[in-house]
Amino acid sequence: MKAITVENIVKTYRIKKGVVEALNDISFSVDRGEIFGIIGPDGAGKTSLFRVLTTLLRADSGTATIDGFDVIKGYKQIRNRVGYMPGRFSLYQDLSVQENLEFFAAIFDTTIAQNYDLIKEIYQQIEPFKARKAGQLSGGMKQKLALCCALIHKPSVLFLDEPTTGVDAVSRKEFWEMLHRLKIQGITILVSTAYMDEASLCDKVALMQKGRLLSVNTTQGIIAQFKKTIWAIKATEMFRLMNELKNSEAIESCYPFGQYHHVVFKPAANNSELLKNIAVRGHFTQFEMKQIEPGIEDCFMELMQA
Amino acid sequence: MRTLKFLLQKELRQIIRDPAIIRILFIMPMIQLLVLPLAADYEVKNINLGVVDHDHSQYSRLLINKIIASGYFRLRDNNSSFTQGLHAVEQDKADLILEIPPQFEQALVKDNEAPLFVAVNAINGVKAGLGGAYIQNIIRDYNQEIRMQWAGYPRFNPQPVIQITSSDWYNPNMNYKVFMVPGILVMLVTMIGSSFASNNIVREKEMGTIEQINVSPIKKHEFILGKLIPFWMLAITVLTMGLTIARLVYGIVPLGHYITIYIFATVYLLAILGLGLLLSTYAQTQQQSMLVSFFVTMIFNLLSGLYTPIESMPGWAQLITRFNPVSYFIEVMRMVMLKGSGLTDIKFQILAMFGFALFFNGWAILNYRKRSG
Repeated sequence: MKAITVENIVKTYRIKKGVVEALNDISFSVDRGEIFGIIGPDGAGKTSLFRVLTTLLRADSGTATIDGFDVIKGYKQIRNRVGYMPGRFSLYQDLSVQENLEFFAAIFDTTIAQNYDLIKEIYQQIEPFKARKAGQLSGGMKQKLALCCALIHKPSVLFLDEPTTGVDAVSRKEFWEMLHRLKIQGITILVSTAYMDEASLCDKVALMQKGRLLSVNTTQGIIAQFKKTIWAIKATEMFRLMNELKNSEAIESCYPFGQYHHVVFKPAANNSELLKNIAVRGHFTQFEMKQIEPGIEDCFMELMQA
Repeated sequence: MRTLKFLLQKELRQIIRDPAIIRILFIMPMIQLLVLPLAADYEVKNINLGVVDHDHSQYSRLLINKIIASGYFRLRDNNSSFTQGLHAVEQDKADLILEIPPQFEQALVKDNEAPLFVAVNAINGVKAGLGGAYIQNIIRDYNQEIRMQWAGYPRFNPQPVIQITSSDWYNPNMNYKVFMVPGILVMLVTMIGSSFASNNIVREKEMGTIEQINVSPIKKHEFILGKLIPFWMLAITVLTMGLTIARLVYGIVPLGHYITIYIFATVYLLAILGLGLLLSTYAQTQQQSMLVSFFVTMIFNLLSGLYTPIESMPGWAQLITRFNPVSYFIEVMRMVMLKGSGLTDIKFQILAMFGFALFFNGWAILNYRKRSG
């Protein structure tokens, strides 16, 4: 049995003048014990999808199941077995760390002691501050507390809505390490993020844009589908270089990527001479270019532009 | 049950930790009960009197002295013409003009009859009405004195006269505090019941914590009870404090039982908390819920019979007050406090409150959804 199945989910919002299609015919499934990432820019519909799956929002049409329970008919069972960590910190800011955890354990009819082993590693990091009010924690610690609260009833499926947004790079790395440890315990994790570099940390990813799923595959699978070659180029005047590249007819797309610009040629125009010409014509200094293997982010850029 | 216990524990912790709530909870009743009843005085005093005396006789002076001596009027203006007198009213120096025509004394002595003219500034209706009535009473009194002076007291009245003696039951001294204090207390309890409770739930919406509650297996009724009970306790605490202040400061001891008041208050709060809950299911932000509950409680208070008697309202307004829970509580408070009514006397009101409670809570529960869209 799949942990999550989603079939043809549609959700539209009526906003004053028009209709916004937040979820447009979404279908995918997640295997048990998998970290499934939903990657997409802001406004892609990630939160709406999470709210449908956590029984907070009713979809217009389509069906979805969690652990085999329908999100409409079996909402009671689902609420007992999912953990949900919303994108916004939404624990009681005026209660202490321990009180929050106790409260969320109580409303799921369990105790901290019962599932302590599951949260132990995470909780130990915030335990020194357990008497502090949740509102006074730092961003990273809030995140850890929220994760503890979402895990305290030992859910079989964990929903994490943009857990790493607004968290520093070190905490992000730590957070993903925690997720991998949870995965080993057999918890299925559905995680959304706007950061493409986190895609490679998931077992499977779905790229979402404007309410549609563009591609569902493993990271390697997505890269394998990418047939084009990519050039990385660099020079002293990066901004002018970008403009020159964009003016060129033969180039399909180019975008800044770290220290380099990545360039994809149109089919049949794959030509390193062209790049050299641009460099010479524009009198760019310290010009550097190389052919590289596409990464997951290059694939997404490609998919999103299609 | 265990879940409910934890919900209550959490709620009470949050209330106790919020210094604003505690402060408002204790200071608001103090101020309202210590200041308002003293300020909201129904007696009208210090009416500014303007006199236009064209006569300048002994009788006219006597009349003016008598009016001033009553204590209700202050002589602020003395003019020689009515136009000037009216000017004083326009400048808000005088509220009332008494015009004594020339030959007032002469006419009174010769013709046994003399006219007087009283003009009242009716911008403030209460002041005008009472001022007019006071001055008429004084003039009638004065008239009586003159008749006595001239004719002596007739052994038998030449004309049959009906003499009226009245006695004020339940509030013999017509002490307005005795009926204002219980009314203000009702207002307070109502505010705490409706706006505090609705604000609290909307706060959970604003903070996003309600989402966490909604994805949990908590039952709807557990959540709602977890919200109702703490605010019921708060409101009862405020009621107790108010009754203590009424007793210690104003010496108001209810003739009926305190138990009667508490029994009614319990049912009443069910209704009012239901209203708060209902507001919270519609409001998305604390601002919205604040404004709506402000509006609702204001209408409720003005149409409750606290300030103006319900019986003197027009028929349609009286009909509205029948749908206003506050008017029932004020009525019951006054009945129990002043008249000593027991449970059997207020059974209709209790029944009505159960009706309100059922209506508001039923609507609120129907409208509260853990799932949206």
